[in-house]
Amino acid sequence: MGEPVLSVVFELIGGDFSLAGDASSRVKRILQQAGIPAPVVRRAAIAAYEAEMNVIIHADGGTMRLEIHPDETRLTVADQGPGIADVGQAMQEGYSTAPDYVREMGFGAGMGLPNMRKCADRFDIVSAVGEGTRIEMVFRHNGPA
Amino acid sequence: MQGFFHSVRLNEARCKGCVNCIKHCPTEAIRIRNGKAEITEERCIDCGECIRQCVNHAKTAVTDKMANLDRYRYNVALPAPSLYAQFPVKVQETEIETALISIGFDDVFEVAWAAELVSAAITEFLNSPIRQTHKKPLLSSACPAVVRLLQVRFPELLDNIVPLPPPVEVAAIQARRDAATKTGFKPEEIGVWFITPCPAKATTVRHPLGVKESALSGTISMARVYGEIRRAMRHLQHRHDNPKGLGRSGVGWAAPGGETEAAHIENVLVVHGIHAVAELLEQMAMNKLNDLDYIECLACEGGCLGGPLTVENRFVAEKNLKNRMRNMPEKIEQEKVELSPEVQPVEPRSMLAMDNDIAAAMRKIEAMDLVLMRLPGLDCGSCGSPSCKALAEDIVQGRANETDCVFRLRERVKTLAEEMVDLAQRLPPSLNRTTGNDLEDDDET
Ligand code: SF4
Repeated sequence: MGEPVLSVVFELIGGDFSLAGDASSRVKRILQQAGIPAPVVRRAAIAAYEAEMNVIIHADGGTMRLEIHPDETRLTVADQGPGIADVGQAMQEGYSTAPDYVREMGFGAGMGLPNMRKCADRFDIVSAVGEGTRIEMVFRHNGPA
Repeated sequence: MQGFFHSVRLNEARCKGCVNCIKHCPTEAIRIRNGKAEITEERCIDCGECIRQCVNHAKTAVTDKMANLDRYRYNVALPAPSLYAQFPVKVQETEIETALISIGFDDVFEVAWAAELVSAAITEFLNSPIRQTHKKPLLSSACPAVVRLLQVRFPELLDNIVPLPPPVEVAAIQARRDAATKTGFKPEEIGVWFITPCPAKATTVRHPLGVKESALSGTISMARVYGEIRRAMRHLQHRHDNPKGLGRSGVGWAAPGGETEAAHIENVLVVHGIHAVAELLEQMAMNKLNDLDYIECLACEGGCLGGPLTVENRFVAEKNLKNRMRNMPEKIEQEKVELSPEVQPVEPRSMLAMDNDIAAAMRKIEAMDLVLMRLPGLDCGSCGSPSCKALAEDIVQGRANETDCVFRLRERVKTLAEEMVDLAQRLPPSLNRTTGNDLEDDDET
């Protein structure tokens, strides 16, 4: 259709906490440079951070794809991880399967998925045990603050 | 924003065009152009970090001259609490105040008094029902460099600033009122001068933050006043008696943690040093600090005691301050005083977008990425931009060329040199006896 799209893919490495938050801060920076409204940037950055942390905590690795369209921003996070057996349960606040050592670091308090859904204007999740999880989020540029 | 007043300036004659300041500026506001450091007005937050970093003392802070006092009939000095920390405890506060009078002021009004009032107001705000609707955690409004950092780099956090005026503005209003009552002069005949530890406060007189208009007439550098006080001390005669005195909780604001201690906030984080502050705000913007009630951010390491216009080493100053505070009552103001001025929301001054049009900005980001891949990634600064990333941005915005990078330039020179060698080896047909005529070398045009 010729509408301009900017897309960037970030590799995420499971278990490497030294890089935790790197991809999401880069997502944030790009959105700011693109001139996306500040409240949208904030919501997308927070969701990106939660998604990134999920991959680092639970999966071996994955990717985060940022796609900026003139009217909306899309974030797709896919991992090759254990997958989620009961997505409905995982969407409840406070639910967590994070190992103890991760929780002790202050991560994985179980706010990840519900938080992402709160931040995004559209939130889709597909997960298969043993295969991985794929989350798609849409943030409308003139969407609710 | 042409003509935006900044206290921090370059002394061109002293600038050698090194890269120290460009690498330490928290907003990447400085570029080296024509061998000199150039500050981008729109980005500078007057934090004074470059003053501290410059080994050639080429960065200076512009404040008012003492001679400007002549414009008023009556002048009041408003010492920042950090002034008292510049002197060892054996120099009494009244002596410092007396010296201020003898160097040209008519009266002294303590900013520390206003700090007490603001502390009480912060406590009250935290316990009030309006607080529930306000974003959490709250950010202090006291340090203007931090507030400006929020404007340019973290506009999304501006709503978290505590809706209370900084102590210096509260003090300025009261000082002028008191002086008018005492002398009968009109308010505009009274000069109110803040003895400032930093350029950031000097800029707020012209470009107020969180208040409609600054009540200050101007600011005078603490370093300059310090020198004059030292000289005046040798022959102090009369004694100025400050009817109000100084209290521990207000004076404590000069050091990190003083504000939140005075306001009795426990669930608090105290951060000082502009880069540490920026890093923390990054975390806050990611919603990682939502459990906190309050964050006290100060641009200078050591808080106001580490201000670029202070004289004493900040650790020594902190010791002086603590020693002094031991002999002070906790508060001097027992009554509840109505706080003025009213606060105004702080507007963003965001400089992050590459273009006002999203599609154009997206194209620029892509172009920038391509440029960046060709740059060496050494962040050496020789091009005059603080990092390869910043240069890529400057190139895409038309403010720099790819050959400004010494490595890219060298590559270009190398390619050119190789072409020259190649050309030099080719012989015109008349001289070339081995291969005969080569059509390619024919100059047909
Ligand atoms: S005062 Fe601060 S923001 Fe301004 S140029 Fe210097 S370091 Fe940068």
